Amino acid sequence: MLGMTAQVTGTDILDVAREQVLERGVPLTQEQVVAVLRTGDDRLQDLLALAHEVRMRYQGPAVEVEGIVSLKTGGCPEDCHFCSQSGQFTSPVRSVWLNIPELVRAAKQTAETGASEFCIVAAVRGPDERLMEQMREGVAAIKAAVDIEVAASLGMLTQEQVDDLVDMGVHRYNHNLEAGRSYFPQVVTTHSFDERLETCRMVKESGMELCCGGLVGMGETIEQRAELAAQLGELEPHEVPLNFLNPRPGTPFGDLEPMDSSDALRTIAAFRLALPRTILRYAGGRELTLGDLGTRDGLLGGINAVIVGNYLTTLGRDPSEDLALLDELEMPIKALNETL
Amino acid sequence: MFADVDPDGPVARGDGPGVWCGQCGTELAGGDHARCAARAALEPPRYCMQCRRRMQVQVTPGAWTATCSRHGSVERSTWS
Repeated sequence: MLGMTAQVTGTDILDVAREQVLERGVPLTQEQVVAVLRTGDDRLQDLLALAHEVRMRYQGPAVEVEGIVSLKTGGCPEDCHFCSQSGQFTSPVRSVWLNIPELVRAAKQTAETGASEFCIVAAVRGPDERLMEQMREGVAAIKAAVDIEVAASLGMLTQEQVDDLVDMGVHRYNHNLEAGRSYFPQVVTTHSFDERLETCRMVKESGMELCCGGLVGMGETIEQRAELAAQLGELEPHEVPLNFLNPRPGTPFGDLEPMDSSDALRTIAAFRLALPRTILRYAGGRELTLGDLGTRDGLLGGINAVIVGNYLTTLGRDPSEDLALLDELEMPIKALNETL
Repeated sequence: MFADVDPDGPVARGDGPGVWCGQCGTELAGGDHARCAARAALEPPRYCMQCRRRMQVQVTPGAWTATCSRHGSVERSTWS
C-alpha cells in the first residue's frame, strides 16, 4: 500500500517501482500496474531500463530458450476468439496430427539451438485417451533420444491426467489464463475462467512447474491488462508467456489491428514489475508487433525467455537471429537443468 | 504464396505456375495480393496454388509441411 499512497500523493510511479520492486522485491499492485501502463512514450526508455534492472537482480542475465510444436493442430471445439485452430470459425487451418518420428525430429532440432525446453501442444478442450497415449509414446521417445526438458499444453486436465503427465516425466505444464477475469467472457465462451484456474491449481499441487500467461492486444482496457498481470501474480506460476495478438483470418479477432509497439513494450515492463521473480517469455506475435528492434528492446526491458523458431501455426524468426542477438546482449542461454 | 519461392513457381508438387494465392485462396490474376505477400513471411501457405484446396499444414520449430490431397506435399525449412 506504500505504492498506492505514494502514487496518490503524486510521487512518480517509476520512483515508487524502483523503491518497491527493485529495492524491496515487492511486486507492483494491480493499481500500480495501471499507472505504469499509463506512462507516456517519453518515459518508455526509463521504464524499460528499470524493468531490466529488476530482471537482472531477481533472475540474472541468462535466457531460457524453448521450442514448441503442435502435436494435434486445428479442429478444437473451443471458441477462443484469437485462435485459428478453433473448429467454430472459418479459419483456413485444417486438422492434422504429428507422428512420433516427426515429433522427435522437432525436439532434436530444438535442442540443437541450445534450448532447454520443448513444449508439446495440442488444440483440444482437454486430452482424450488417444492423445494421452500419443503423449506417453512421444515423451518416452523424446527422452530416449534427446537431452531436453519436456513440457506440455493439452488444455484442461483431470487429476488423473495430471498424475499421468507427472509419471511421464513432463516437468512443466502450460495453461494460460488468456485474459483477466473481467475480459475473459469476451474472449472465450465455451469454458470459464474458473475452469482454467482449476487446472492451473492442480498442476501446481502436482509438483510440475506451471507455465501460465496470456495474450494482450485483444481489445482489453489498460485496467483489464493490469488485472491479468495481478491475477497471474496471485497464481505465482514458474513462467509467464506473454503473447501479442496476431490477428488470424477468419477468427472473431481477425480484424483487430496489431498492438502498438510502444504499448507492447510498456506491457512487458509492467508485467516484469508485477512478476519480478517469474520467467517472462516472449511468446507469439512478437515478430508482427515488435519486429527486430522491438525484440531487442523487450530483452532489455524485462523479458528473460524466448520461443525459438516457429510457433504452432505461424512462422517465427530464424533461431540464428535470436541467438546472435542474445550473444550480442551478453545474455547466456540457460543450461539444461539450471534454475533461473 | 510460399515465403521462400517464386510466387509463380510450382507449389505442392504441381507442375505449372500457380493460379490461386496460397495465403487467401483467391485468384492470383487480377487481384491485389500485396498483403498476402507480406503475410507469407510469417505464414505457411494454407491453399494449394494449383487447385485452391485447403491444405493440411504442419508447422514445426524449423520447418513447415503443406499437403494438398490432390497435388501432394511440400516441405520448407525455415532455419538457415
